[in-house]
Amino acid sequence: MSVTTQAPAVHTESKVPLKEFVRKGEPPTEDYREKLFELEAKGELEVQRVPEPIMEVETKYGRKKKIPVEHTWHHKSCGQCGHIPGYSTSIFWLHRQFGLDYFDPKDQSSCTAWNYYASSTSNSAAQAAIAVRNFAQAKLDGYFPLIHCGTSFGHYKETREEIIHHPELRDQVRRIMDRLKMPFVFPEEIVHYSEWIHAMRHRIAERQTLDFSNIVSTVHPACHYHKLVVEDAIYDRELYDGQRTAIVTGLVEALGAKAADYSTWHDCCGFGFRHILVSRDFSRSFATIRKIERMKEEADPDVTITHDTGCVTTLDKSQFAAQAHGRNVGIPVLSDAQFAALAMGAHPYNVCQLHWHGVDNKPLLEKMGIDHKKAWEEFETIAERIESGELDFMTWEDADVK
Amino acid sequence: MSIYTDAKYMDVPYEEKLKLFKEVKDDMRYDHNLYGCYECGICVAACPSARFYDFSPRVFAQIMAREDVDTFYELLNDNVWDCSQCYSCTRCPRQNNPGGIILMMRDAAVRAGLQSAKDALRAYSRIIYKVMSTGTQVAPDMLQPDFFPDWGTDVKAVAENLDVWRRAIPPETLHTTELAWDVSEKTRLELYMIWKLTGNLELIEGIDEGIYMILEEVMEELLDDNGYDIDDFENILED
Ligand code: SF4
Ligand code: SF4
Repeated sequence: MSVTTQAPAVHTESKVPLKEFVRKGEPPTEDYREKLFELEAKGELEVQRVPEPIMEVETKYGRKKKIPVEHTWHHKSCGQCGHIPGYSTSIFWLHRQFGLDYFDPKDQSSCTAWNYYASSTSNSAAQAAIAVRNFAQAKLDGYFPLIHCGTSFGHYKETREEIIHHPELRDQVRRIMDRLKMPFVFPEEIVHYSEWIHAMRHRIAERQTLDFSNIVSTVHPACHYHKLVVEDAIYDRELYDGQRTAIVTGLVEALGAKAADYSTWHDCCGFGFRHILVSRDFSRSFATIRKIERMKEEADPDVTITHDTGCVTTLDKSQFAAQAHGRNVGIPVLSDAQFAALAMGAHPYNVCQLHWHGVDNKPLLEKMGIDHKKAWEEFETIAERIESGELDFMTWEDADVK
Repeated sequence: MSIYTDAKYMDVPYEEKLKLFKEVKDDMRYDHNLYGCYECGICVAACPSARFYDFSPRVFAQIMAREDVDTFYELLNDNVWDCSQCYSCTRCPRQNNPGGIILMMRDAAVRAGLQSAKDALRAYSRIIYKVMSTGTQVAPDMLQPDFFPDWGTDVKAVAENLDVWRRAIPPETLHTTELAWDVSEKTRLELYMIWKLTGNLELIEGIDEGIYMILEEVMEELLDDNGYDIDDFENILED
């Protein structure tokens, strides 16, 4: 038996009689939506409602969260768009495959939270105003924000808490928005794109064209997704007995791949915000020693799937130097969006843009049944046509050429 | 007087340390970040920085709760910048947020323009410039082998093919090389107004005067082109 098939699965058979834990008490945390509606009733701000049709998911303490199917304003991520462009492209591609209405705005700024967590060269008022400016723009454009970055998602949730609890901050934000001649808007829910993928996972599986049953994947949940404002992350009784966030693992299992467990699942990736840019010895050591090597030893996966900018970057890029030192590394790293897109037949280079990733992902593509040599030739043909001036850029139609 | 015989920064006047300590305690987020401390060490077990640095989130919670101003000042200079800001320490059974305490301390260190903060951020200044001037934090043109020598040969391939490869991405907003995506002029203008109205430009002045001067020039030009005077945007937080 190969090492791969011995990897511990999420659903290990229980050796004791199963007892279902049923949560009886009220959630220990306040309902921020109620608080936002109270502020709206007082005329302090405007709450943008989640547009129909809605998908409902369960969060940590049992509250339901509304996820929009479409009419979404795509709040892009600096690191995804800048350094892993196949990440955002795959999110858009999935929307297009389902024929869903979405908007990719230019009137969007970064949440600037990566910088704030790295350098503290900002303050609560600026951070809140930047969030509200983006939300106001989404409302003016007639779409509901769908947040691509895990740090934007976590930071906006923190900002929501600060806005709810501090009238002086609301006053500052209001004065800034007045100067910008924009309304003070906050969305009813802060929704991360991976929550949309989780809620859509069975529809994605229905459209799957590749067989992933021989793929073993580890999952890395993003810290800023489930550790910042913990109650607002998706949990599901069917996954990890509802004791860990179900995000990403839900998709991996829905696509028929095997989600393999490992002992440092809860650990951070080592990104560090400041560290990944100017102190990478730390990021590299943590990512390889605490995450990649543990995954290798305990699960030997074909791929590790995660759902945030910094996690993909750190886990992927840190492996090059470690490999040069002969460490036990070499696991391709993909986002859930890229994994889902590949399952539905997306082009690995035109759509998923895997040439921007560090670790060799060709063995994974082969296991998925993808002819990567042919695919790379197809990409290069388009790139040459762009270089010669024959094409301005690659269109969505070009990207889907089979 | 510190209770520790090997205490550092004893030449810094106590009043100066106390002023910064009080700033952190007066931060509106403080009451929500610290509720006391069991000294159980759960936060340390979860903390990535504690594994590779002489660093402990527990110490931050304890020192703030005990109001040990001298040790606070030591942490403020020697330890705050080691934190990864991952918030794994929110596992705290006392509902503390040690990462949040550290963020408030960093804010105070930057506002005070401490030399240790300047040192920690020296190599980082170009990132501050990027995010404040363009509205996106990292850009494709930063993927250069001399900036990321440890990221492998793919960085070189990206750098060599950057312009073509950016246009070989279907979403039109991503055909950029100096910005992560195409941010409109309207949005940059509004962002500059926010930086000015919240005193962030002055904050940069205290940390890196060179970056401040370039940023002010870039912002002034765009505001001016759009019929605004940069001096009309006073820091509203000082009112
Ligand atoms: S986990 Fe909380 S209570 Fe325990 S040592 Fe850390 S801060 Fe103190
Ligand atoms: S936020 Fe900082 S102190 Fe808390 S666990 Fe992460 S690195 Fe450690």
